[in-house]
Amino acid sequence: MSETTTHIPEEKVRIGAPSIPGFTEEGEDLSPINDNDSSPLGGASTKAHSHGGGVAAPDSSRAGRLTSTNVEDFAKLTGREEDWRFTPLKRLKGLHSDDLTGAAPKVELTGNDIAKLSVVSADDSLNGVAHTPDDRVSANAWKFASETQVVTIPKNAEGANASLRITGESLVPAAQHLIIVAEENSEATVILDHVGSAVLAQNIEFDVRANARLTVISLQAWEDDAVHASSQQALVAQGAKFKHIVVSFGGDLVRVNPSARFTGERAEVELYGLYFADPGQHLEHRLFVDHAVPNCKSNVLYKGALQGKDAHTVWVGDVLIQKEAVGTDSYEANRNLVLTDGARADSVPNLEIETGLIDGAGHASTTGRFDDEHLFYLMARGIDEKTARRLVVRGFLNEIVQQIGDEALQERLTDTIEEELAATEH
Amino acid sequence: MSTLEIKDLHVSIDTEQGEKEILKGVTLSIKTGETHAIMGPNGSGKSTLASTIAGHPRYNVTSGSITLDGENVLEMSVDERAKAGLFLAMQYPVEVPGVTMTNFLRTAKTAIDGEAPKLRTWTKDVKEAMGKLKIDADFAGRNVNEGFSGGEKKRVEILQLELFKPKFAILDETDSGLDVDALKIVSEGVNRAQDENNMGTLLITHYTRILRYIKPDFVHVFVDGHVAEQGGPELADRLEDEGYDRYLNVKA
Ligand SMILES: Nc1ncnc2c1ncn2[C@@H]1O[C@H](COP(=O)(O)OP(=O)(O)OP(=O)(O)O)[C@@H](O)[C@H]1O
Ligand SMILES: [Mg+2]
Repeated sequence: MSETTTHIPEEKVRIGAPSIPGFTEEGEDLSPINDNDSSPLGGASTKAHSHGGGVAAPDSSRAGRLTSTNVEDFAKLTGREEDWRFTPLKRLKGLHSDDLTGAAPKVELTGNDIAKLSVVSADDSLNGVAHTPDDRVSANAWKFASETQVVTIPKNAEGANASLRITGESLVPAAQHLIIVAEENSEATVILDHVGSAVLAQNIEFDVRANARLTVISLQAWEDDAVHASSQQALVAQGAKFKHIVVSFGGDLVRVNPSARFTGERAEVELYGLYFADPGQHLEHRLFVDHAVPNCKSNVLYKGALQGKDAHTVWVGDVLIQKEAVGTDSYEANRNLVLTDGARADSVPNLEIETGLIDGAGHASTTGRFDDEHLFYLMARGIDEKTARRLVVRGFLNEIVQQIGDEALQERLTDTIEEELAATEH
Repeated sequence: MSTLEIKDLHVSIDTEQGEKEILKGVTLSIKTGETHAIMGPNGSGKSTLASTIAGHPRYNVTSGSITLDGENVLEMSVDERAKAGLFLAMQYPVEVPGVTMTNFLRTAKTAIDGEAPKLRTWTKDVKEAMGKLKIDADFAGRNVNEGFSGGEKKRVEILQLELFKPKFAILDETDSGLDVDALKIVSEGVNRAQDENNMGTLLITHYTRILRYIKPDFVHVFVDGHVAEQGGPELADRLEDEGYDRYLNVKA
């Protein structure tokens, strides 16, 4: 192998204006959300930590986090855990503490018939191939999901297109388990379209086999009262390409944790996210990319817009480049645009590198404000206020929208962004 | 011919210590085709006048008037003023996240003209105007003013001036921060806009240097929120030699 270099650019850019309360230059701060009298957990470096018994390694690294399918292995949540410190537990509606006895949201498959939907029992050997719960809510979902819906993209399939409409119909806390298997050398786009009302703890596994190309779009388009905690884990085999796009704008509390683990070389992962938080909404995204094998690539970009009182977004990006993962190329960034006062964006990129023999690794986090000066500038050029706001938000989010290959979905998102913007115009 | 008329304008701002009067009775009249230079010490209220004409919400007009051909400018919103033909090249152009120059220029042009420009000619016009101002083509894809150097921001203001073709332009220290070549390039841009559209210009500056390229018909000396003296181009040279002491001493 030719020579490799370590390159860790760090970017701290602020656009124009005053910073956001509770937001330091590192994008790092303690949340006042859960009663918290403990000392700060975790610094600028990664400090995911694990509680309770079970199989946790005594390690402050993300690698040491407790994983278990048994909910009892996880200690009861206090809200002070590194992993939960930003999440308002009171609004989780018992997903972390109660029996999840509600009916799982209905799943309907539409698309071009290449992908197949089947149902297997919760103890089928397909379960857990790509996924092991790494927090209490995910383990709780594991315990209570009574069956698993499996979408299979057959080997060598080209242009498979599957849209899963996942419709919540009740607010009784429920669990759900889905598996997407992209067989060897297949090519597919899968849309997970979450609509309706639900209080849902969810596990989704992506088994991306050798040389498969899988694009997944997880759309959280819930009604205002929904609560959704989704753990979405991918296993990415040799030569495979996995592109994951999270789009969150509906629901009272949404917490999506996407992760990707490489199991073979020359695989690529792209994790994108777009979120739009309205007054009172809590939208949280915590992702994890685990480079444990050589010569893989990962690219992470999440962009969010926030508007209104107590709109809150949280982004935590853990990227771990293990000792074995020489030749890794990785970059992660989170960019937020705060449109009004009273909204808060927390952003914490964590990059852990255990080998110097990588092609590149970097992270960035920026939070900018759209303020009166931006508005004045655009209006002084003849652009009316409404158009000015749209111009800025659309432009900002477009980078992610463009990543969505599906035209109908792109259009729907563009419309949604317009609606979100219209909601605060009076 | 159009006239921009400012009469006995009083402007104040809200500060932490309460309301503070900054403009204390400004009277000024500009016709299209004319160039007026405004010079005056730091803090005398030049930018305040410029921003008030453009309609920045920070400034409260407590009395007096601004009219454009008899129309009450003070009743217009910021965007309506731009559409009426007023243009402010800002002393500190704002960086706007998420909006590319291309998108911005087209949206603004559409708003000002009331209809979308014809795509083919528009693209050509933008390219040409950028070329003349020696603005690199890749600026079109960058976000508005984001990361532009001080001088680049000023050029981009003049680019807009040329593309939007206002009746009146207020140039707030457009010459500050420009190197010798850029000063010439930018001045040529302003002169082109004047020749082609018979634009009226209010040029705020600290230096006579730019007045060698953009010849003023009138020079106004701005001191402590009002016009202390006006005259022809020769007044600028005198200010360069003598400074503002004379006016400040009168006050003291
Ligand atoms: N927000 C504010 N709070 C307090 N004073 C202000 C504020 N904004 C402007 N001023 C004051 O108003 C006065 C006029 O400012 P202005 O920017 O109009 O001056 P100027 O003539 O353009 O100066 P310069 O030549 O330095 O650009 C200054 O004394 C300035 O400090
Ligand atoms: Mg000024």
